[in-house]
Amino acid sequence: MSAADGVRLTGLHARYQFTETIRVPIAVIGTMLFPSLSLLFFVVPQSFAADPAAATTATAQLAVFSVMSVCLFNYGVGVAEDRALPWDSYLRTLPVGPSPRLLGRLINGLAFIALSLLPLVLIAWLLTAATLPPSRLVLTAAALLAAGLPLFAGGISIGYSMSTKAALAVANSLLLPLAFAGGLLLPPETFPGWLNSISMCLPTRAGRDLVVSAATGAGVPGSTVFALAGWTVITGSLAVWAYRRDEGRRFR
Amino acid sequence: MAILARAVQATRSYGPVIALDGVSLDVPAGQLLGLLGPNGAGKSTLLQLLAGLRRPTSGTVELFGGDPRQAWRRRRLGSTPQETGLPPTLRVQEVVGFVAGHFDHPVPTGELLEQFGLTGLDRRQTGGLSGGQKRRLAVAVAFVGRPDLVLLDEPTTGLDVEARHALWDAVRVYHRGGGTVVLTSHYLEEVEALAERIVVIDQGRVRADGTLAEIRSLVPARRLRLRAPDLPGLAGVDRINRHGDRYELWTADSDAVVRQLVRTGIPFADLEVSTASLEEAFLALTSPAGRPAAPAVAGMPR
Repeated sequence: MSAADGVRLTGLHARYQFTETIRVPIAVIGTMLFPSLSLLFFVVPQSFAADPAAATTATAQLAVFSVMSVCLFNYGVGVAEDRALPWDSYLRTLPVGPSPRLLGRLINGLAFIALSLLPLVLIAWLLTAATLPPSRLVLTAAALLAAGLPLFAGGISIGYSMSTKAALAVANSLLLPLAFAGGLLLPPETFPGWLNSISMCLPTRAGRDLVVSAATGAGVPGSTVFALAGWTVITGSLAVWAYRRDEGRRFR
Repeated sequence: MAILARAVQATRSYGPVIALDGVSLDVPAGQLLGLLGPNGAGKSTLLQLLAGLRRPTSGTVELFGGDPRQAWRRRRLGSTPQETGLPPTLRVQEVVGFVAGHFDHPVPTGELLEQFGLTGLDRRQTGGLSGGQKRRLAVAVAFVGRPDLVLLDEPTTGLDVEARHALWDAVRVYHRGGGTVVLTSHYLEEVEALAERIVVIDQGRVRADGTLAEIRSLVPARRLRLRAPDLPGLAGVDRINRHGDRYELWTADSDAVVRQLVRTGIPFADLEVSTASLEEAFLALTSPAGRPAAPAVAGMPR
């Protein structure tokens, strides 16, 4: 397959996956609105919403939460659901390798991440003191992408290794612990020492620290890059393994 | 003649269940091959191996001379989802366009829809199609890439007679144009109407492989039906079924049996002589009662 073919097929798969997902708007809206509503109910009424640094940090944390929920649900549960459908088996008989399909999924997920960040950023901008100077915009977007890498690969691993029911259970049981212990809901400065030590090892914490730093200029702990890279390698290997062994649903 | 697909001693098990047990099969270019077998015989597993959906547990499977799990090997392959599992929110033209996007010279959407009796439905979401329309669309996408080999798994299940015949016509047109088809079906009539070569699979093994005539010849060629109070033993009769005074006899030489019947002077009535159908051959090959007769089949080319 030539590179041009690959790009064309990637675009094709991204477009069709997006069309397919967006035609059931309620599924999309749920994922999209949770971070925005959290900001609206738990940050906007608080006094620290008037503090630019604190408000920006809170928004950055919720942005990572957005990325995580799209990764766990769109990739994890979504892939598991698709794999259970005969249509997915059919797609695997088409002359298309794994890359365009996975990249299409990646782009599709990015589109939904962008859609869920839109209301979050709007609320932060209009109702809190959060600021993001244009000079930090690109850096913050890049940090969000980097933070998303292990979460994306983790979602793919779940999606390709489990049934829909198992994926849903795993995604749900990972979402809140990873969000809480990763400092996406409460700032990690409030954590007791032992919790902070655990937190520092989590991909969500590393992602959170990176994004907060990119958005506010706060310092990044030295371990962040290692944690993020380590988790990306681990989840990436898992994802490749899960994808390779997948033969669609299996019945015994 | 080029071999488009091949299985060599292909075995596939799911946990403890052996779905396919050492199957060897060549699919030469231009052939219309029917795979027959009861549910769970391993037909679908064989097609899934050929389409690269699954790996054989042991043995090898080739598509266009190589591993079907390599995407580019599948460029000249057309296949169809077994169930009507189309993405319900996508429109008909979107589904066809999406599949067409994977091939270099696809059939234009309008032409394909017309060929499969779906004209005018291009803007419908597939979830809103009738069962028969979904089935036809699922089969239609197998042909969109102008493939050299098409794998059709139960293509006409759930179609009414008219739609089934329309689909058979489409398959025949494709085959006459040089296309190769491997078809599984529950309908013996379908395989009888379409296939040049029939492979009977049961319990994961090839039980018979040959032309329609050859498969038929695996059971006694003629069936006699008659009513009689009590039949004496008759020479040349391979099998007898009796329900009250109704008899069914299978024999290679019906004329000789009829002559014997007349000579016995038995008052028989309602005599019918017919050629044994594919169904009878199939039942004899795959029913538990038919299995002891397997040695007769073992001599068949594999």
